[in-house]
Amino acid sequence: MTNPLFTRIFKLNIFIMALTGVAQMPIFKRYYIADIPGLGWLNDFYLTNKIHYIFGTVLLFMTLYLLTVFALGGKQYFKLTSSGMLRAVLYLIVIATGALRVVKNLHSVTFDPFTVMVIDWTHLGFAMLLGVAAMFAFFKGRKPYLEGLPGFRR
Amino acid sequence: MRDKNGISRRNFLKGLGAGSAAMLLPARDVAAAPKSGEELCTLLDLSKCIACGECVSACREVNESKFPEPKKPYPEMYPTSRVKVEDWSERRDVDDHLTPYNWLYIQSAEVDFGGQTHEINIPRRCLHCRNAPCANLCPWGAAGKQKNGIVRINEDVCLGGAKCRTVCPWHIPQRQTGVGLYLRLMPGFAGNGVMYKCDRCYNLINQGELPACIEACPEDVQTIGPRSEIVAKAHELAKKNNWFIYGEEENGGTNTIYLSPVPFELLNEVVDKGIGRPGFSAVEDSMADEEKLAYAVGIAPFAGIAAGVIKAGKFLASAGGRKND
Repeated sequence: MTNPLFTRIFKLNIFIMALTGVAQMPIFKRYYIADIPGLGWLNDFYLTNKIHYIFGTVLLFMTLYLLTVFALGGKQYFKLTSSGMLRAVLYLIVIATGALRVVKNLHSVTFDPFTVMVIDWTHLGFAMLLGVAAMFAFFKGRKPYLEGLPGFRR
Repeated sequence: MRDKNGISRRNFLKGLGAGSAAMLLPARDVAAAPKSGEELCTLLDLSKCIACGECVSACREVNESKFPEPKKPYPEMYPTSRVKVEDWSERRDVDDHLTPYNWLYIQSAEVDFGGQTHEINIPRRCLHCRNAPCANLCPWGAAGKQKNGIVRINEDVCLGGAKCRTVCPWHIPQRQTGVGLYLRLMPGFAGNGVMYKCDRCYNLINQGELPACIEACPEDVQTIGPRSEIVAKAHELAKKNNWFIYGEEENGGTNTIYLSPVPFELLNEVVDKGIGRPGFSAVEDSMADEEKLAYAVGIAPFAGIAAGVIKAGKFLASAGGRKND
């Protein structure tokens, strides 16, 4: 359904999202990671937030592209693996809560603090679960998202 | 407390509904909780402040139950070379800057302007930004902005990472080690206490009362009410007296408007600045770039769907072609 370049860009995008997402917590300075030459920018909360937004935009584009292709054509030929289904659901929750965070940061929008807390905890918690699921899939050899048919690229 | 006419201020405020009526009232009696749903804003007329400190004392007294009560010894926090204890519990009397036990202090400055020397006293505390970066960027949902414009830090949830202090243009929140949720998680490796700052006496406002600093002020320095009315009043006074405004546009707009007989650039040059001592520099909207990027975030899903439709069409066409072959 996708070509290797798309897959590489998607992986790079996820890496940057994870890195800038973790950078939203004040830990890179605490643990001297931001002291490593070239990584000082990881301690700039505004900069990492903007990078998170930019790559979040790319992620939203790629995800909706994939969903549309799968819904309109791919599902006739491909089936999600159980590991793929799990990660896809986790991605959707993380992306949806991320989008809600963008909305609540708008000047004209105010969510009540409890709702914001639920969104933040969900975003953080499911991002961590996604990381665990991705590691599990990687090390257990359950990397493919699709049970593809011969002759079609995944 | 009863006014001269025998009506208690509390009941008076409770009975006050329409925001538009607020402008007709004396400064201290501007409605505390507008039913219009508009954000609450305060106006500080610096020409009136005599630095008597009543507001500082009242803030401490009313909010004492919210102050941290840490238990010692504090857990070791790693790496010890980087993570420092911030303990104000033995210095609760400090009142010349912001601390976890002092959410309001008075800055004083002498400024030569217009051929005369002005002595200006300035109550300083959280400005309650309209699009507060502390609330927007807290990764843990501990800082939040209420619909009535009050920006609060939830002391039950805050881990004391102090990101809010870093991203605040005035670095207002202050940390106390040894209290809060982090003690029950991984105290050695994440968190460092709880951040504290002015919460605009949200509990009093919820009861229809005035924040302590406003209630206690003998000089009526502060006025509180719906933002549009406070801003209109600020402009009216500024125009009438050739005064200067700070807080209306700073950081995209705050719900604290300062009115001064001298320019804030001059005040900024002479006031003591440092930890817990904010200045009066010009502050751009911290979240302006995110506001613009949000448009891209909003467009991206639709662009993705459009691209997906095109790709699916091609995919189906090629799959159908193969089938026919």
